[in-house]
Amino acid sequence: MTDEPLVLGIETSCDETGIGIVRGHTLLADAIASSVDEHARFGGVVPEVASRAHLEAIVPTMQRALDDAGVSLADIDAIAVTAGPGLAGALLVGVAAAKGYALAAEKPIYGVNHLAAHVAVDTLEHGALPEPAIALLVSGGHSSLLLVDDLAHGVTPLGATIDDAAGEAFDKVARLLGLPFPGGPPIDRAAREGDPEAIAFPRGLTAPKDLAAHRFDFSFSGLKTAVARWVEARQRAGEALPVADVAASFQEAVCDVLTAKAIDACRAQGIGTLVIGGGVAANSRLRALAEQRAEKYGIQVRVPRPKLCTDNGAMVAALGSHLVAAGVAPSRLDLPADSAMPLTIVSV
Amino acid sequence: MLVLVVDSSTPAVTAAVAEVTADAVALRAERRSVDARAHGELLAPAVREVLAEAGAGPGELTAIVAGLGPGPFTGLRVGLVTAASMGQVLGVPTYGVCSLDALGLAATRGLDASAAPDGEAAGRVLVATDARRREIYWGVYAAGRRVTEPAVDAPAAVAARAAEFAAGAAVGEGAQRYADVLALPVRPEPCFPPADALAALAADRVRAGAPSEPLTPLYLRRPDAVAPTARKPVLP
Ligand SMILES: Nc1ncnc2c1ncn2[C@@H]1O[C@H](COP(=O)(O)OP(=O)(O)OP(=O)(O)O)[C@@H](O)[C@H]1O
Repeated sequence: MTDEPLVLGIETSCDETGIGIVRGHTLLADAIASSVDEHARFGGVVPEVASRAHLEAIVPTMQRALDDAGVSLADIDAIAVTAGPGLAGALLVGVAAAKGYALAAEKPIYGVNHLAAHVAVDTLEHGALPEPAIALLVSGGHSSLLLVDDLAHGVTPLGATIDDAAGEAFDKVARLLGLPFPGGPPIDRAAREGDPEAIAFPRGLTAPKDLAAHRFDFSFSGLKTAVARWVEARQRAGEALPVADVAASFQEAVCDVLTAKAIDACRAQGIGTLVIGGGVAANSRLRALAEQRAEKYGIQVRVPRPKLCTDNGAMVAALGSHLVAAGVAPSRLDLPADSAMPLTIVSV
Repeated sequence: MLVLVVDSSTPAVTAAVAEVTADAVALRAERRSVDARAHGELLAPAVREVLAEAGAGPGELTAIVAGLGPGPFTGLRVGLVTAASMGQVLGVPTYGVCSLDALGLAATRGLDASAAPDGEAAGRVLVATDARRREIYWGVYAAGRRVTEPAVDAPAAVAARAAEFAAGAAVGEGAQRYADVLALPVRPEPCFPPADALAALAADRVRAGAPSEPLTPLYLRRPDAVAPTARKPVLP
């Protein structure tokens, strides 16, 4: 169907330079360059290092995306770019590049919300998203539950983490266990050999008194501290660390809370679709547990394949395509990068 | 031959369309706004405006010239990525020019009316732009050429170096800001890298159709990044 819009998406909110191209809901290219190796020794993303890497990567990554899709910029109908939230300097490289491309190719530009893009990317895998849906957004910087009733115009936050994001907890616990950064994938792997019930780690904001005020909020900082205490006590006693059991028990605590609250949100709103997005959605236990719990209530779970869960350009293109199809007006050429862009704004 | 000129290495955001002929460079349109915090918002509309004013579509550009800095990181990248992305779409070469060289050329070659060099030594000028964190990017120029390589230092250190290299005057917004420390007469103009000087410095490459250059910023500083220290224990 060549009458569907051909949309290019540019993502530079953190350490991945991503450029994706979609036609409607069909993924044509998803080129990515990552500076993650340059950050690994710092145990987290260094903003200036990320920004410098984006500047170097943007032109070659664009070339790769165009070659993969077999199109030229002249064929593109619109250019979407992450305008926020994210690292200010990193966002600015992508936004300025998108403007340069839009200006030179004389195409409309859409400055879009990175978090809404994490939700929209699922359309590339499972087609149009039924609305309303509940979205669980879990990444290195965010953990939120959202009510999605009109993705083109805005989403309604139901709850969010009150301290660390879920991905951040994975990264910090990985460091405790001597596993590499980013910590999500190595913990996921180590946990497969471990016992998820070996250690009873706390489930934040699930006690009845917390549920009253924070029914759909998350907290992972107490869990992180509990893991640290447990690990240190072992180390002081001179005992070997059962890495697989700690990883499995920690991962179970995170996934238990995330899925319980997500299903609770679906049931509270009477909604039959749960979409999970963000880097932590790549977690194998989260995917399995969500499926298992949702099935009981006839809720359909939609999770894109792992490569589409972490930051990429295809998700931005997917949201852009949705906006074009919904007839949303493009952004102005002076659109700003907004490091704190709220979820209630899908495009600027 | 029409070229687009951009520079975002200082608080000024500059976009211009220049015409490069066999023996001259003439500006056809120019926009400059001074706002250190809004490079990302201001540059693209300015590019569109200068193209419109010059009556040229993007497809009529022969090349793109960009100021490589030195400059504070975030703003500097806006100009370079704009130039690089436009060059990629249009399939035209991009050429980099050191932004201090453009100020140096304008200050010591009479490109700017207020610059009046009278003899090599007397005409030596310190060019300085603000590097933030109480430092300046600087270089000494004479007869349109570098006497020193671009560097970043504290104003007091630059004052000593400028005296060593016999600079008789200073230009640039960095020189204006630290005029008291530099102890040199500071000329009001040129204050920011002039578009005509940027274009002039790339004119030979434009005329020759030289190969496109990667626009690598002159950061002159390493990124602030510290490896984490050992984790604090949570147990008492
Ligand atoms: N298999 C996995 N299990 C758990 N966590 C994972 C897994 N894979 C990746 N992660 C986590 O996902 C996070 C990265 O997420 P993502 O790529 O969405 O971007 P981000 O830049 O951290 O956040 P945001 O999208 O909010 O800007 C990291 O914290 C990483 O540890």
